Amino acid sequence: MIGLSAEPLDVETLVQAVKTKAHGAVVTFLGTTRETSPDDPRPVAALEYEAYETMALEELRAIERETRERFGPLGIAMMHRTGRVALGEPSVVVVVVAPHRGAAFDACRYAIDALKARVAVWKREIYQDGGAAWIANTTS
Amino acid sequence: MAAHTGAGAAAAATVTVRVLAFARLRELLGFGERAVGVPGGATVETLWSVLAEQAPALAGLRASTRFARNGALADATTVLHEGDEIALLPPVGGG
Repeated sequence: MIGLSAEPLDVETLVQAVKTKAHGAVVTFLGTTRETSPDDPRPVAALEYEAYETMALEELRAIERETRERFGPLGIAMMHRTGRVALGEPSVVVVVVAPHRGAAFDACRYAIDALKARVAVWKREIYQDGGAAWIANTTS
Repeated sequence: MAAHTGAGAAAAATVTVRVLAFARLRELLGFGERAVGVPGGATVETLWSVLAEQAPALAGLRASTRFARNGALADATTVLHEGDEIALLPPVGGG
C-alpha cells in the first residue's frame, strides 16, 4: 500500500493494511517534523510538502517492487504527507512486515532511504519568525 | 518562392507544451502549470531558456534542475512535441 495523503497519517491503519498471519515482525519508520533545521538557525514552526503526484506514486511503486526483490516476501506500506504538517507530526510513514525481523529492518531502511533520494516530493520549512525556505535532501 | 515560404512556415511552426513547475521553481516562475509555445524542433533546453528569460532568477538553478517528459525523466536534449507535459524538478526533499 503506497500513497500521498493530505490528511494526518495513522500508523496502525497502515500496519493492519499489510500485516497477515505469516508476518512475525513489524518494523515502522516515522519521519516527524523537527523544530531544528539542518540549513537554518531559525526555529521551525511547520513544514509544507508538495508532490508531482503521478511521478511520486510511480517511484513509490518502483521502490516497493525493488524492496521485495531484494529482501524477499514481505508487505510494505509507504505514505507521504502533502500540505502543511505541524511540528512533531509524521510527514512520512514506512511499514514493513516480514516473517522475521532481519529482513523487516533491512527492507524498511532501504525503502526510506530510496524514498528520500528519489520520490518527487518537496519540502518547505516555515520558520517561527514567519520566513520560509525550500529544503533539499542531502542524499538527492 | 511560394514553396520556400511554405517550408519556412513549417519549420517555424509553434509547438505548445504544458509546463509543470514545482517548489522553488514554481515560486520563481509564478505558476505551477501553464501552456508555453516554443518553435518547432525546440528541446527541453530551449524551453528552459525561454522560461529563464521570463524569470531571470532561474539562471542559477539550471544545474540542479531535472526534467520529466510525460512523467518520465528526460534529458535536456529531448525534442518537444505538441501536447507534451514537461515538468521542472528541483532537488527532492521528501521525508
